Amino acid sequence: MGQAVVQPPRVAADERVTRRSPLRRLLGRPELGALIGAVAVFVFFSVVADAFLQASSFSTVLYAGSTFGIMAVGVSLLMIGGEFDLSAGVMVTTSALIAALFSYQLTLNVWAGVVISLVLTLALGFLNGLLYVKTGLPSFIITLATFFMLAGANLGVTKAVTGNVASDSIRDMDGFATARSVFASDVVIGGVNVNITVFWWLLFVAVATWILLRTRTGNWIFASGGAAASARAVGVPVTRTKIGLFMGVAFCAWFSGMHLLFAFASVQSGEGVGNEFFFIICAVIGGCLLTGGYGSAIGAAIGAFIFGMVNKGIVYAEWNPDWFKFFLGAMLLIATVVNLIVRRRVEQSG
Amino acid sequence: MTTEKIETARPLVRLDEVGKNYGNIIALREVSLEVSPGEVTCVLGDNGAGKSTLIKIVAGLHRHDTGTYQVEGEAVSFASPREALDRGIATVYQDLAVVPLMPVWRNFFLGSEKRKTFGLMDIEFMRRTTKSELLAMGIDLRDVDQPIGTLSGGERQCVAIARAVYFGAKVLVLDEPTAALGVKQAGVVLRYIVQARERGLGVIFITHNPHHAYPVGDRFLLLKRGRSIGYHSKGDITLDELTALMAGGSELEELAHELQGVTAGKELTEEAKKLGLTD
Repeated sequence: MGQAVVQPPRVAADERVTRRSPLRRLLGRPELGALIGAVAVFVFFSVVADAFLQASSFSTVLYAGSTFGIMAVGVSLLMIGGEFDLSAGVMVTTSALIAALFSYQLTLNVWAGVVISLVLTLALGFLNGLLYVKTGLPSFIITLATFFMLAGANLGVTKAVTGNVASDSIRDMDGFATARSVFASDVVIGGVNVNITVFWWLLFVAVATWILLRTRTGNWIFASGGAAASARAVGVPVTRTKIGLFMGVAFCAWFSGMHLLFAFASVQSGEGVGNEFFFIICAVIGGCLLTGGYGSAIGAAIGAFIFGMVNKGIVYAEWNPDWFKFFLGAMLLIATVVNLIVRRRVEQSG
Repeated sequence: MTTEKIETARPLVRLDEVGKNYGNIIALREVSLEVSPGEVTCVLGDNGAGKSTLIKIVAGLHRHDTGTYQVEGEAVSFASPREALDRGIATVYQDLAVVPLMPVWRNFFLGSEKRKTFGLMDIEFMRRTTKSELLAMGIDLRDVDQPIGTLSGGERQCVAIARAVYFGAKVLVLDEPTAALGVKQAGVVLRYIVQARERGLGVIFITHNPHHAYPVGDRFLLLKRGRSIGYHSKGDITLDELTALMAGGSELEELAHELQGVTAGKELTEEAKKLGLTD
């Protein structure tokens, strides 16, 4: 391929451009702002809260990070692909409820409920994607609608089926123990209990990063978010990519839902409302652009880690946890401003 | 990519009396055009003349409503740009050529990524190829990892053209590649058009500037308000005639006369003279 071109017009190297130093390249990474923020938050809580540096506290922080981080993986990929999913928070609850209700009402092995839930939750993600693709409406509106519909259905269906706002406990059902060991067990490392979700989280981040940077699909995700029309014009299946991303969020919601269910054996049907913003915050702190086409799964993981540190650090510092959301908002503001400044500097200095 | 010598008798792309309606608006009516290997067919027209509609049909973004569209003698009606690409018709758009935030090499291979096993991309190969292909076109990039948005407009067009040539396009459709460029950069792009022609590609070059079209073109299709107002070989027409036929020609001349005496008009007159619009 690509034989020599007829009379290549040679252009001398432009004397106006200088080489990009490795430092500049580092500054160009989307994760950088989040990394600086993570170090700052870590140092801050290490100083103000004595308990923060203990291994068991760190495990708790990681656990908090993982519960949001797993969702942030799917949400950040979707965001790089240029879309939002506001239904992500309640979809976790929906997914858990589907597994719980199917298993209990039909007296199935809970693994049957897990599989049914996977299929139906993926279908929900597909529906989000399909609605977006078919109507051409902003995904913000589409998923805002599905958010409310799911939130209502969670409550309505659960009450109609169980007569209660929570699902019945499935603790004594077949397969509960094995499912719990997969989705919600503790792993002992060096005498410290670490929740298994931490490892799942790391695995998901690794897979997402691999997809983004090493596979064709990753190329398509960046392109679909960065310039959908250009991508389509060079043959990228933009609609398929976007539907796939919505299903990716659904998959993460299913996993988080399973964790929720097998950690507590029953699910409160009103849960999950508002969490969608936390996922978006993780992705944005991690350097994902709201406009799409830029970001990383690792960044979102660091964002979720910051989230976990702030969430638990406030407790260890023995502050009033009511202030948690205030700090979260402040973090979001600072992180986005830092990201903005860093990116501008890099762009200007080339 | 081997450049096969195909007999020039059979055109690569041939449109016969092609038309397109958007609702009750007739965007294109009975337009014919052909391009053979090693030929540049220029499509000229002012804004709203139907140039965009025409290339969208050729590129597979829209289907035509009437007439026939043949690729290498076979009637086609493309459902997507991918289908057109698979038939060797690559389109480089003025505004949608690239994804600005993505690295140059990712843009170069976007939609046609080179893969190894397990869906892994052969990144090393793609980086190297991007660099060498661009170097062959005279663009010396210090870093193929830089976002393509940091390149100049002309360089971006050239990357898009180099990409299309590399992926074995038989027909290159260029949508106003020189419109947003400075004089020197436009010259660079025009040189690539000639290069592509010499490689045996057919080129459809859309422009509203006869001074860009005439030096490189073999045939000229002039559009006005969705209709063809002339289809000429280079032998039949001079640059002046081509210029005069262009929508702006006579009208700009009139305008220049009208504005004579007004101070601002003087500059415009000179401008028009320079462009060869008046004598």
